[in-house]
Amino acid sequence: MSGLAKFLEDEGLATTLIALVRQQAEDVSPPRALWVPFPLGRPFGVPNDAPFQTRVLKSALALLDRPSGPILEDFPEDAPADPVADDGEGWVCPVNFPKPVAASEGEQLDRVLAEIQELAPWYEVSLGLRGRTTVGASGLKTEDAARYLASFAADMMTQSPLEGVAVADALRLSAEDIKAYYFEAATAQPGSGSSEAVLQWFWFETQAAVLIRTLRDVCITSKDPAIFDVGDFMLVDSLGDSPAPGMSTS
Amino acid sequence: MARLEDMDEGLASFLRDWQTPDVPGNAWVTPPPPGERRVALISSAGLKLPGDRPFSEGSNDYRAIPAERAGDVVMDHISTSHDRTGFHHDVNIVFPLERLQELAGEGVIGSVADFHYSFMGATNPNEMEAKARQLAGVMKADGVNTVVLAPV
Repeated sequence: MSGLAKFLEDEGLATTLIALVRQQAEDVSPPRALWVPFPLGRPFGVPNDAPFQTRVLKSALALLDRPSGPILEDFPEDAPADPVADDGEGWVCPVNFPKPVAASEGEQLDRVLAEIQELAPWYEVSLGLRGRTTVGASGLKTEDAARYLASFAADMMTQSPLEGVAVADALRLSAEDIKAYYFEAATAQPGSGSSEAVLQWFWFETQAAVLIRTLRDVCITSKDPAIFDVGDFMLVDSLGDSPAPGMSTS
Repeated sequence: MARLEDMDEGLASFLRDWQTPDVPGNAWVTPPPPGERRVALISSAGLKLPGDRPFSEGSNDYRAIPAERAGDVVMDHISTSHDRTGFHHDVNIVFPLERLQELAGEGVIGSVADFHYSFMGATNPNEMEAKARQLAGVMKADGVNTVVLAPV
């Protein structure tokens, strides 16, 4: 972002930017930057808190009134607690899935498809409540995205289901859509837990996570560097890579 | 919380050791008065509309997002190191076009551009230079004189 700002400013546009990693803004020194002490992925702080988001945006815009720069200023507030949920610990998804256990490839896919079906009413509630969805990066139906991932995990020979889109990108986008579907459905249920609790549920309670981890393990055996990279760092985050709660790390 | 000391150690050490590419230049543009600012948003979250071409590892180009479709964006970023759950709840946490439109209504800025943009941020900024300069021309054609950039 800092580099882009310098190019745009050089072209005659006034820029102001949000910085999440202060050190990077210090190193590149864009004309105007507001460092915010929020988690990566949340440059405007918290969801569904318009006044807070507005304060961040106005603070960034206010840098445009300074007579000279470069400017790197710190936003003075930490992000407030996530207003969408405040009871993260111990949240249990009301749609109850069997514990993930070893299964054949076909059984595993069937279990994921069953989960998707069980979550469908809540995904529909989410659509109604939010009026939008972040599912759609791949363009596949969620069930078809799962079928594609399972098929690739089984034989690595499957062609991209998306015209003009490389296999590596199709795998990544399909996995993103499945995660978004589960998250939106889970958080539409009454008494939904915090984001952390829902992510914990996804990675340690669902067959979809088993499928994505299996896919990761297959991708990192690929000789195609793009598919290897997808498995290496684009499918499973650090939480999903950590030991399941209650499991010894020793 | 985007303080390195609050992150898990793997990510913190990755960011700490990251060699930020040198981007030359120190241009400074004096913007017009607030009421004359026409503002575009640029996100590096790899945002696009469903059906748009996907980003890939090393993508240096952008996707255009018409203002009236801002609520339809999906995220197509290669990194798993940032939280996506806030975005699933509310796209304004990453792409606050509704907030920008409210500020235009209050007169804090002059107007909101017809189009907004996203790159996929995990790319060397120098690889984006040509596209960024091209995009500057596109934005000027939209009457834009001010840009807010946000990472993810």
